[in-house]
Amino acid sequence: MRRLSGFRVVSALALALVLVFLSVPLVSLFAEAGPGELWAALGRQQATDALLLSLRTTLIALAVILLVGTPAAYLLARSSFRGRSVAITLIELPLVLPPAAAGIALLAALGPNGVIGAAIEDAGIELVLQTAGVVVALVFVASPFFIRQAIAAFESVDGELIDASRTLGAGELRTFARVAIPSALPGLSSGAALAWGRALGEFGATLMFAGSLQGRTQTAPLAIYSLLGRDFDASLALSAVLVAISAAILLSVKLVGRGERADEREGRPVDVAV
Amino acid sequence: MLRFELVNESDGPPLSLETTLEGAGTLAVMGPSGAGKSSMLRALAGLLEPERGRITLGDRVWLDTASGASLAPEQRGVGFVFQSYALFPSMSALENVAYGIKGGRRDRRARAAELLERLGVGGRAEARPARLSGGERQRVALARALGRGPDLLLLDEPLSALDPRTRAAAAAELAAVLAQAPAPAIIVTHSFEEAAVLGDEIAVLDGGRLIQRGTAAELAARPASGLVGDLAGASVLEGEATAGRDGLTLVTLAGGGSLLSTDPVRGLVAISVFPWEVTLSSEPASGESAMNHLAGEILSVTEFGNRARIAIATPQQLVAEITAASVDRLGLRPGVLVTAAFKATATRLSPRPG
Repeated sequence: MRRLSGFRVVSALALALVLVFLSVPLVSLFAEAGPGELWAALGRQQATDALLLSLRTTLIALAVILLVGTPAAYLLARSSFRGRSVAITLIELPLVLPPAAAGIALLAALGPNGVIGAAIEDAGIELVLQTAGVVVALVFVASPFFIRQAIAAFESVDGELIDASRTLGAGELRTFARVAIPSALPGLSSGAALAWGRALGEFGATLMFAGSLQGRTQTAPLAIYSLLGRDFDASLALSAVLVAISAAILLSVKLVGRGERADEREGRPVDVAV
Repeated sequence: MLRFELVNESDGPPLSLETTLEGAGTLAVMGPSGAGKSSMLRALAGLLEPERGRITLGDRVWLDTASGASLAPEQRGVGFVFQSYALFPSMSALENVAYGIKGGRRDRRARAAELLERLGVGGRAEARPARLSGGERQRVALARALGRGPDLLLLDEPLSALDPRTRAAAAAELAAVLAQAPAPAIIVTHSFEEAAVLGDEIAVLDGGRLIQRGTAAELAARPASGLVGDLAGASVLEGEATAGRDGLTLVTLAGGGSLLSTDPVRGLVAISVFPWEVTLSSEPASGESAMNHLAGEILSVTEFGNRARIAIATPQQLVAEITAASVDRLGLRPGVLVTAAFKATATRLSPRPG
């Protein structure tokens, strides 16, 4: 038998450490309380309110991101113009922004005394301490996850498909809807899943900008924090639900990715020149 | 009549072309990589905007950079067959063809089914492109390009992705489809044989310029440059032409040797000699006739079927095509000294820039 090198042993130990460190807290979440207790805790008003609010706000935010982000990403992917790389950097910035700083930045811009906040207030739109404010915060932090992925997906669409569509009499809008989006669909869906996952877990920017009012701005992550001192079981139950949803999202991204690769394999020409 | 002038100088692929296409004829376009063949097709389709240019089809103006007129690709009415076919992967063959057809859903599907049937792939209507063979994809792509009833057909190497065994048959079918189509067609190809089968005329491009245009026979008979001779399948030698005896042209070959030609060209020349006009013998040259003789060592012997191609270092490389039986009879193999002979009338000269 071949002797294991010292380095092999050390790296195997490192890997074991990583896996244990990452999985023990997640497993404990479910081990701490039985399923019955978790289910009962979820029935509490504050937990139900928070989950429903999370579901509602993240889905609205996701719709906004898809509606605006998809054509924007398409333009960035298919054209070269001055300032394109600046635009892409700007889009990526919220990815590395500390959430608390993002919340303050939103207040500075859209708050009552903010740069454009007054104009928004005059128009009769209230954001701060409102559900709409939650959506704004979610869109701000989650949209880069989708747009980045969408740009990559559109860039990898074969340009000749776009050209072919145009020569077949389709204008730019029809080409976008009938050819570009279906061809980029796997990348677009995984981008949407990532953005949704990020929005579900959003905490800092929402707290800073929209506050933590039960039923109005208190999303599931905020409720977990709020319940922590008073009702550990409910806090635990909400966390378990979020973990389950996040895991489901991750799994769907992986499955979509696998389907995409299978399509590529299938797409190879059948003929072989001899 | 299609009339176009395309000029691209500073940015993008170089182009400087002007030509016309009468009636519903087919023009085959040849040239080395980067000659501007695909750029020409893309500019005609509106997928590439030249710096200067004008494209008119009949009395319709597709492009006129002088007046700022430029129709979008979807407004031009071209049928484009891409080299990779560019079939939409998420649609069936039928949906691909129906995509370009105008009208109601049922009419479009009926017309698409009819086109697929006509091109011999009616049975594959529901298959996705990934499930089609190369030949089937080519037919679906052609059906899709024909679907709109285009005013101009553009085909970018439509046969290059095919298996060589099916390629000749596909070329003949394509020629029949193009002959039936009421629109003029421009087809890019790398093969002189295909160009001869598919095109009423052949245009040769190099560096974005039109070098020569004519029938396959005209191009082979008097290639305007060494490139044209090479594309037509000739061995191309280099030399310098001066006046010779009997009103013939005497060509001194670069690297040694001389030839006689009936072509009245002077100065630096490219000499095109077709392999099937060259005979070989193991005897040294005898005599005086207007026959050209070049002796040299055999570089390679390539047999295919009952024929063989012999490359000879004269010292410039000359290729002779002879029967496989002659190879055995003369004992030809690499390293053997032979004498190649061909007529002065088969020695085609074209001027060569210095």
